[in-house]
Amino acid sequence: MKTWLERQRHLIDFTLASLARRKTRNLGLVAVFALLVFVLASVMLFTHALRHEAKAVLRDSPEIILQRLVAGRHDLIPPGYLDTIGRIRGVQSKQGRLWGYYYDAVVKANYTFMVPPEGGIEPGTIVVGPALERERGIAENNGISFRSYNGQLFAFTVARVLPRASELVSADLVLMNEADFRAFFKYPADHYTDIALSVANPLEVRNVANKLANALPDSRPILRDEVQRTYASMFDWREGLMLALLSAAILAFAILAWEKASGLSAEEKREIGILKAVGWETGDVIKMKLWEGGLVSLTAFLLGYVAAYVQVFHCHAPLFEPVLRGWSVIYPRFELAPVIDGLQVATLFFFTVFPYMAAILVPIWRAAVTDPDAVMRA
Amino acid sequence: MKPRPSSIAIAVLGLLVFAFAGSLLDAGRLRAERANETASTRELAARLGLADIALFTEARYTRHPAQADLHSAFQDHPVALEHFPSGSLMPPRHENLARTAAAPD
Repeated sequence: MKTWLERQRHLIDFTLASLARRKTRNLGLVAVFALLVFVLASVMLFTHALRHEAKAVLRDSPEIILQRLVAGRHDLIPPGYLDTIGRIRGVQSKQGRLWGYYYDAVVKANYTFMVPPEGGIEPGTIVVGPALERERGIAENNGISFRSYNGQLFAFTVARVLPRASELVSADLVLMNEADFRAFFKYPADHYTDIALSVANPLEVRNVANKLANALPDSRPILRDEVQRTYASMFDWREGLMLALLSAAILAFAILAWEKASGLSAEEKREIGILKAVGWETGDVIKMKLWEGGLVSLTAFLLGYVAAYVQVFHCHAPLFEPVLRGWSVIYPRFELAPVIDGLQVATLFFFTVFPYMAAILVPIWRAAVTDPDAVMRA
Repeated sequence: MKPRPSSIAIAVLGLLVFAFAGSLLDAGRLRAERANETASTRELAARLGLADIALFTEARYTRHPAQADLHSAFQDHPVALEHFPSGSLMPPRHENLARTAAAPD
């Protein structure tokens, strides 16, 4: 065992000396390889954690949201709908919700105005999301005014700022009293934006949705299950798209790695010829090259992965900030709880380290089994 | 005495493997640490009846993708520009995308 270990160490020593002779080229290769792993791992870690977080925070969202459609567009729920729903068996509770969008021309951002179902907000006061506090530079007890859609100015006092930790769902929220909301948007009395329903038996949700669609043909029930699926497909798609965009980089790297690993330079061929001439066996040459490939790819993989982890979970993923910002002015700052999918990491490892090792093996084997004299002369 | 190159390589690789294992342990620690924040966010979402996350606030179909109009752009995912092939023939209006509106839109 000790002899075997010592033999491997000598092989590594030799490999490193050989790599050091082409230092710039090999360091460049490790850097590009690590950068590729870093970008791919960042996308994977970030998307997986975000998908998990979205599922976790929306787990207790309303089981059914009932919208009304008029001419194919979302419209207000008129009086009487809540009574009709009350007669449907299986509905445990129903709540008319009041929410809407407001475009703030001052910071050119959209806010979501909402009336909390349980109330509790004094007239003339608002509770704001943390991103709004940051962007508008307001704090508790500050006054703020919004110009309503009919041009009238409404002044509010900020009673409270929602917890920073909840920013992923509350970044742009402005919670207000029902009377203020109705006055601000000139909402007709007893009309609601939509209705949130809870169903006693989770297995009955789809049946209840069917009954709702039959009883109120102009309504559109949105199930929690569908919301969760929308988010799952949204993040799957984003991840897929990012990876598709990166595929050009992956391909470029594949060509670089293939070129580097499979196309032996004349110098390398001469080296193999000399090694064979001084008595190295074919197996030894292959082992040496395997060590070379292993050291390069493993170092790059670990370096890239660890850097990606630190970037995503300790540095607020600055690489993704421009993507998250999109066209919006208000964007949440949040700390994701790391969720690492072993299968994803294994897939990344398999698709980065193994192809490189495979690309090394074939030409080396071909050169190593050839006559040393022919290899040196080539 | 100068260390052998293999010793340095093994030390560097060992360090990286240690950092990799550390990232897995750190993930567990951070998850436990941030579990309370996730729970309080979930509680807030349940209390307010929120069904969407506030990642993209620029338009209603990105702010509330789960509750947007049927067949609206970005309904299913933020990069789905159009459901139908005609979207590739009819470009979006650039003045809207450039956000020049001063009045509420």
